[in-house]
Amino acid sequence: MASSPLWGSVPPWRTRFNRLAGWRSPFLFGGKVRGGRTNTKHGVNSSCGKCAFHSELLLKLQLESNPQALGLVRAAVERATEVLHFHEDESRAIVRSVDEALSNVIRHAYRGESGRPIEVTCRHLHGTQSGVCVSGIEIVLRDSGVCADPAKMKGRPLEEIRPGGLGLHFMRESMDEVEFSRKKGKNQLRLVKYLAPVAPATAPEGE
Amino acid sequence: MQIAARALQGCTILDLSGDIDLASSPVMRKALLGEIKEKRTPKVFLNLKNVRYIDSSGIASLVEGLKASRDLRSRLILYGLNKTVREVMQLSRLQKIFEIYEDEEQALAS
Repeated sequence: MASSPLWGSVPPWRTRFNRLAGWRSPFLFGGKVRGGRTNTKHGVNSSCGKCAFHSELLLKLQLESNPQALGLVRAAVERATEVLHFHEDESRAIVRSVDEALSNVIRHAYRGESGRPIEVTCRHLHGTQSGVCVSGIEIVLRDSGVCADPAKMKGRPLEEIRPGGLGLHFMRESMDEVEFSRKKGKNQLRLVKYLAPVAPATAPEGE
Repeated sequence: MQIAARALQGCTILDLSGDIDLASSPVMRKALLGEIKEKRTPKVFLNLKNVRYIDSSGIASLVEGLKASRDLRSRLILYGLNKTVREVMQLSRLQKIFEIYEDEEQALAS
């Protein structure tokens, strides 16, 4: 099944940001993307003269569905965000999203059963378009649990003061892309956060 | 996560430290509901000064504690929230639902 943005979308501020930067994420919907580039299982690696996007593996963790593992994953993801120079607020947001996503896998996909496999992959996404450098982190979680029902992936109205239902809200608020898919009998959740774009340094006049 | 309880003038202060996540929130929930529902403590203070991280399961336990305290007409008071905990409260839009104070002195004076 092709991936779809059922579980979230690019927030309005990011859409505006992308439009202003003249850049559209090639990573949102999967499959073939503009400029003849293609998402592969190894990530995006291509070039079209005007732009080039790449992804590099930062971290790959094989876990079991044990809540005690959450602290280790938080520490590893936090370090990965530091390596990519995310601001500490953004780093906390990314760590929180991954933690909530993993908790959902343990509680819902595996229904609390321990010892079931979970894979967490972090990649550095980077590239340029129209002279603007774009960089971000992509975190993909895969599990073999029960198929998540998109109808139940709505979170809950925050006006309701009751326990539960906040994890998905945290992810949507914190990440630029939250995308769920089911592939080859596995649930796959893809989270992406971009760094603010950086214009390439220009040489001072006279040099 | 670690929890230590202090009794003070008929009230209880629960000093929490470490990370409150899916692994540890059941422990906090049990301690909190034990104070509110079983011991019927009229004021329960949660000292979150040394809490580094809290996830949605921790927030859910706090909401459950708040509901129990309202049902029993007691008070649940939080203080010492760091930036990380405050962010999660704001994301949950719960910062105005809970009684929250900066530090222990202010909380005890409330």
